[in-house]
Amino acid sequence: MIRYISGRLAQSFIVMFIVAAVAFALFDFVGDPVRQMVTEDASQAEIERLREMMGLNDSVAVQFWRYVSGAVQGDFGVSYFHKRPVGVLLQERMPATFELAGTSVLLSILLGIPLGVYTGLHRNGRIARGLMAVSLVGISIPTFLIGIMLIYLFSVVLGWLPSFGRGETTEVFGGAWTTGFLTTSGLRALILPSITLALFQTTMVMRLVRAEMLDVMRTDYIKFARARGLRDRVVHFRHALKNTLMPVVTVIGLQLGAVIAFAIITESVFQWPGMGRLFLQAIQQVDIPVMSAYLIMIAFFFVVINLITDLTYYAIDPRLRSGALKGNAHA
Amino acid sequence: MKHSKFMSALAMSTAVVLATGQGAVAQENVLKWASQADIANLDPHGTTGALPLTILGNVYEPLVMRASDMSLAPGLATSWEVIDPTTWRFHLREGVKFQNGNDFNADDVIFSMGRVGNEYSFLRDRVTMVTEMTKVDDYTIDFHTAEPNPILPNMWTSIYMMDKEWSEENSATVPSNTVENIESYAGLHSNGTGPFMVTERQPETKTVFEPFDGWWGERTDNLDRVIYTPITQDGTRVAALLSGEIDMMFPVPLQDIDRVNANEGTKVLIQPELRTIMLGMDQNRDVALMTNTPTNPFKDRRVRLALYQAIDIDGIQSKLMNGLSEPAATLISPLLFAPAGQMERYPFDPEASRKLLAEAGYPDGFRTALVCPNNRYVNDEKICQAVASMLARVGIQVDLRTMNVSQYWKVVGRPVQEFAIYMMGWTPGGLDSYSVLFNLMGTWDEASGRGRINNGDFSNPRIDEIVALVESETDTAKRDALIAEAYQIVHDEVYYLPLHQQAVVWGVRDGVEVKQRADDGFNYADAKITR
Repeated sequence: MIRYISGRLAQSFIVMFIVAAVAFALFDFVGDPVRQMVTEDASQAEIERLREMMGLNDSVAVQFWRYVSGAVQGDFGVSYFHKRPVGVLLQERMPATFELAGTSVLLSILLGIPLGVYTGLHRNGRIARGLMAVSLVGISIPTFLIGIMLIYLFSVVLGWLPSFGRGETTEVFGGAWTTGFLTTSGLRALILPSITLALFQTTMVMRLVRAEMLDVMRTDYIKFARARGLRDRVVHFRHALKNTLMPVVTVIGLQLGAVIAFAIITESVFQWPGMGRLFLQAIQQVDIPVMSAYLIMIAFFFVVINLITDLTYYAIDPRLRSGALKGNAHA
Repeated sequence: MKHSKFMSALAMSTAVVLATGQGAVAQENVLKWASQADIANLDPHGTTGALPLTILGNVYEPLVMRASDMSLAPGLATSWEVIDPTTWRFHLREGVKFQNGNDFNADDVIFSMGRVGNEYSFLRDRVTMVTEMTKVDDYTIDFHTAEPNPILPNMWTSIYMMDKEWSEENSATVPSNTVENIESYAGLHSNGTGPFMVTERQPETKTVFEPFDGWWGERTDNLDRVIYTPITQDGTRVAALLSGEIDMMFPVPLQDIDRVNANEGTKVLIQPELRTIMLGMDQNRDVALMTNTPTNPFKDRRVRLALYQAIDIDGIQSKLMNGLSEPAATLISPLLFAPAGQMERYPFDPEASRKLLAEAGYPDGFRTALVCPNNRYVNDEKICQAVASMLARVGIQVDLRTMNVSQYWKVVGRPVQEFAIYMMGWTPGGLDSYSVLFNLMGTWDEASGRGRINNGDFSNPRIDEIVALVESETDTAKRDALIAEAYQIVHDEVYYLPLHQQAVVWGVRDGVEVKQRADDGFNYADAKITR
């Protein structure tokens, strides 16, 4: 088990290294950071001087090496634009992104699974059909549009909820984390963005659970369970739902990574002060240290989440506990 | 069922949250406003962006200010004069205090100028003309320059003064800068002489300002607090104004102007901007870039004029800019150089264009390329699309390429120029014509940097002469006459195709009075809450 986990973590470092290398190779196409820093009428000599000072005249390989050797020691450099250490910038924004992504994933699980079970069991019912139709909307409208529509309805027209920001935040854990969960304005500010971000996930979880339920309900052991005279609820949730969960857990796991990585759009629509906005801004500013650190970190999240997903299988599926996992580790 | 219980609990708590919302603001006069980007840091010498400099201009002050009509006005200096051709004398305001209670005097000025001139400063270019500073007394300083410099005060309107003692105590004597991993104390804290102080700051979320009671000036505002929030997305920023969460914001996207005006309780303020948008053409190479002719058609004035007269600038103004642009006849706004207002554009006349092209030997036109940014100027991409189709009507086929501004400067300018025609916007440094003449109109000269933005590489000896003369001419009338002559040459020779000045559009809630400025500057001290 420990060997398995440490093996996976070692893989993650290789993945992160490759991501960093690819990212660095691409940065050459993003633009010239110095141009973003100086005024338009800065002289050529001035621009050259800055390029030299920033080490931008070195080859990409040299710059990459410098970056990696810093990163290994936990030093991701200093943002060109914010002029502050990248590690600090990411740490400041991480709580906002995690709270938003966490809330959204929780919403999508708490809504998606029951709705999926319901529509799977009553697949010809009117409500189930209605839900399916609505879910089609959720899965096909782009996040950006949903966000803007929610803002116009709930902020501009109805005036119920704030259109931007995170509300009042509170520092917890000695200032290491800022949370919006403890204030009314923080919770109100969370509603629209988390719904926006959760909508796609919810509809996907719902559709997935439904499809799996339809499959499972046809299997023999459900028939046997019914024949044993078990109550519907026990059949549906003990026997059926539990057996649909494997693919659902996989998808939710992958989606959690995606939600963190792609909260970018939601964050930018709602001016949510998270990592996604930081990254988006970094692209516009050609802030290479921030871009690289963000990409490396996202790669790390994906690897860790995949690892956790695998371990969750282990908890859910008793078959894996009897040795299959070991085989997997050698694969 | 467990789930449904949870869900009803969730719904209830949501309802509670909704009901308690819209928390009443106390009877304080709080002005909340938003614009596109955050101030990266509070260091007055650690940024070159127009927005952060204007925001910090409420906290820190320059020696020489810009009044709202863009004329020079006394700031921390009460007067300034040329005492000999290479020396400017500045008389400082007495009785000025920094927000920490320290006195402002000549030592602070010398320290601040040195800090701006530091090798890590991005504003260094603005002060490199000073070779020596002499403290005459506590409130008088002489600045010596190698060459006579008539526009030195113009260049310094966003060079802010810091407190020497405070900076030294907090080891903030070097501007915030990425390069040497310098995270200056002054990037996170502030201590200016201005009417407002920063009292709270959450990067990317909000910066809170409160009045500084010890300010030297006379207060006309009635604000107790100002809260600045960056909101990047246009749609979200407009929504925040419409829903009443903020009192003021800019820029308002052109397509949202009607909505802001139609909404009860909000309106827009509009003023022409200082930047001039133009197109430049490759005029030096033997074969023009990405053009299918054996020679360079843009060397021929008739071709350049043909392009000029093919562009329907009024059409662009009414159809693309919602009427919010001021067609330009030359490369500077009349707000900055009044005689520019008397110049007239060549008329829009496609027939004349075709004739000119035929005379120049291109009766069937030719094929060339135009490059434009797509996120730099108002409607930049749409303007270029319109220009491309207008040129097609007179026979010039244009391959249009548009790109993000961060890539744009890699293909436009020195040392690489990849397209025959390019778009350019220019707000002159120091708001003086010299910057236009020197950078955009002079012949490229690597040693001095003259003509650095003359990407079309045209060369006119008379303009070069004028550049040299204007540099040190201290008689305003003579200087203006020379500048006007240079603009006239550019017009006569059609070295550029000037387009327009775009508009500055602010959105404001009723009950809030602000003074809109052409440079998009926002002085809190000019604002009032009357609701």
